[in-house]
Amino acid sequence: MTEPSFADEVKERPTSVPPLRAHSPEVSAAKARRWGAFYYAEQVLRVMKGYGWSIFLYSVGQPAAYLFAMGVGLATLVDTGGAAAFGGVSYITFIAPALLISAAVMTAATEFTFPVMDGFKWRRVYFGPHASPLTPEQIAGGQIIAVTVRFFLQSAIYFVIVALFGASPSGWGWVSILVATLAGLAFGLPLMAYAATIKEDKGQFAMVMRFIVMPLFLFSGTFFPLDTLPVAVRWVGWISPIWHGTELGRVVSYGYEESPVLTIIHIAFLLGLAWLGWVLTKRQFARRMGQ
Amino acid sequence: MSTEEAGSAHESGSAARPYVITAENLTKTYGDVTAVDGISFSVPAGESFGLLGPNGAGKSTTMKMIGGVAQRTSGSLTIMGLDPEQHGPEVRAHLGVVPQQDNLDEELRVRDNLLVYGRYFGLPISYLRPKADELLEFAQLTDKAKSKVDALSGGMKRRLTIARSLINEPRILLLDEPTTGLDPQARHILWDRLFRLKEQGVTLILTTHYMDEAEQLCDRLIVVDKGRIMAEGSPASLIRDYSTREVLELRFGSERNASVGAELEGIGERLETLPDRVLIYTHDGEAALEEVSARGLRPLTSLVRRSSLEDVFLRLTGRSLVD
Repeated sequence: MTEPSFADEVKERPTSVPPLRAHSPEVSAAKARRWGAFYYAEQVLRVMKGYGWSIFLYSVGQPAAYLFAMGVGLATLVDTGGAAAFGGVSYITFIAPALLISAAVMTAATEFTFPVMDGFKWRRVYFGPHASPLTPEQIAGGQIIAVTVRFFLQSAIYFVIVALFGASPSGWGWVSILVATLAGLAFGLPLMAYAATIKEDKGQFAMVMRFIVMPLFLFSGTFFPLDTLPVAVRWVGWISPIWHGTELGRVVSYGYEESPVLTIIHIAFLLGLAWLGWVLTKRQFARRMGQ
Repeated sequence: MSTEEAGSAHESGSAARPYVITAENLTKTYGDVTAVDGISFSVPAGESFGLLGPNGAGKSTTMKMIGGVAQRTSGSLTIMGLDPEQHGPEVRAHLGVVPQQDNLDEELRVRDNLLVYGRYFGLPISYLRPKADELLEFAQLTDKAKSKVDALSGGMKRRLTIARSLINEPRILLLDEPTTGLDPQARHILWDRLFRLKEQGVTLILTTHYMDEAEQLCDRLIVVDKGRIMAEGSPASLIRDYSTREVLELRFGSERNASVGAELEGIGERLETLPDRVLIYTHDGEAALEEVSARGLRPLTSLVRRSSLEDVFLRLTGRSLVD
């Protein structure tokens, strides 16, 4: 840390003030190798803080609006049909985990697309840190860490609101915060890998929103159990991180009964997708920044 | 090799200065295009070294390889004794980098840009706060500390990028076309700042396609064209070796410039006909101009000037630097 540096000759300071000294390049490199992803995460979070209020309002306003419209308004019609269709719970309890997971996935669809394009192309924000000791993998990792923090906080706020609506009867309900965070990553990381390959914006992200996110949102057992759908479209749910996340969310928030094998499959599917997305993302970041 | 060694070697005088950068047969191809075609050079500590050449000559690609952000296709390259491909973070920790395109964080304020960047080097906030203030002063941006980056002029952004590159107190500063696109006043401020760094013993590696910039800032430079080194030396020695002391510029109008060549034969040492003017290379421009008049030729305008690197480049490549 205290290796002599050229700082001495650079500045003529009064002797009472100790000269400013950067630590040696060797120390910089060692620290960056170890903590680099967190250094970059810090930057992304600082930028997010700049629009923190809109994130907060979105995180509070969206669940409140959905829960009120669906869980209170629509539920007055749905619940008359008997709770049996929804596993013996009220409609709002049935859809609350689904909305929580879907919100994280929709956030993933924005956080892992436009900012990536901004990093590589629009404002080239990745290329500043790229010239520092950070590696492309750490830059990708840092962005993921920061967005994970956002998923977590946003889901926690969502959960509190769900709990206020009385829609999370189980004591394990809070685990759905972690499930939502994982589902966000499972959907978001493969998308990030894809976003990192895009050299020109031809509206691909809008297509992702319309033709991937929306169908997944509608056909993932979100508003009605997946098995009420014809078999021909049920596969949409099976490959959907929203469905796997939602089923898990239901298990933890109201003790929805499913085979433990299925529970393990949900977890494995989400972890697997997130891992695959991460491997592809770091490879693509290294490739694109090493040219 | 550590910074310490390079630093102390510098103090002991130029003779013993170790090389901080050594490139041998450095080559970079993108598909079929060879951007850098086997160039070799070494830069001793404390030198101000320039890569001069037109757009597309391979200067930026070379800078990216030195900066450890682009992989070379073949050849060898060491920075502070380290291969940037094996030891990317270690090499980059030694460098300050000013890229051709500013990539400041537009969503952060001016001072925060410096703080955040310093964090990438693992520097503690207790160091970064006073250092950021010091650098803002150096870059004459103290009163803009809290402004958004958007609000800065081009010259201010450039100075902020330079300030940012100094946050880790690098001993080697890479500057890729530091003053392109700036107005003359902003350029002079920048040159002054860079000159101060040079005085402090920082090794400057810069690319430029401005002759005056190269003459002002570089101790030594290589002239690069199409990925190859055309010539190497100090600005003065390049002019001495590849040009004459003075140049007589004559304009006869765009139609006559080409045809008048034969009539000027024998005046000066060499004649260069460009679309807009004729250049006569000679050790005595005034005498050459008298000779032109004596032959009964009446140019629309005439100008006697000292030879510059532009003439060297023209001689070596047959083209002007800025097309």
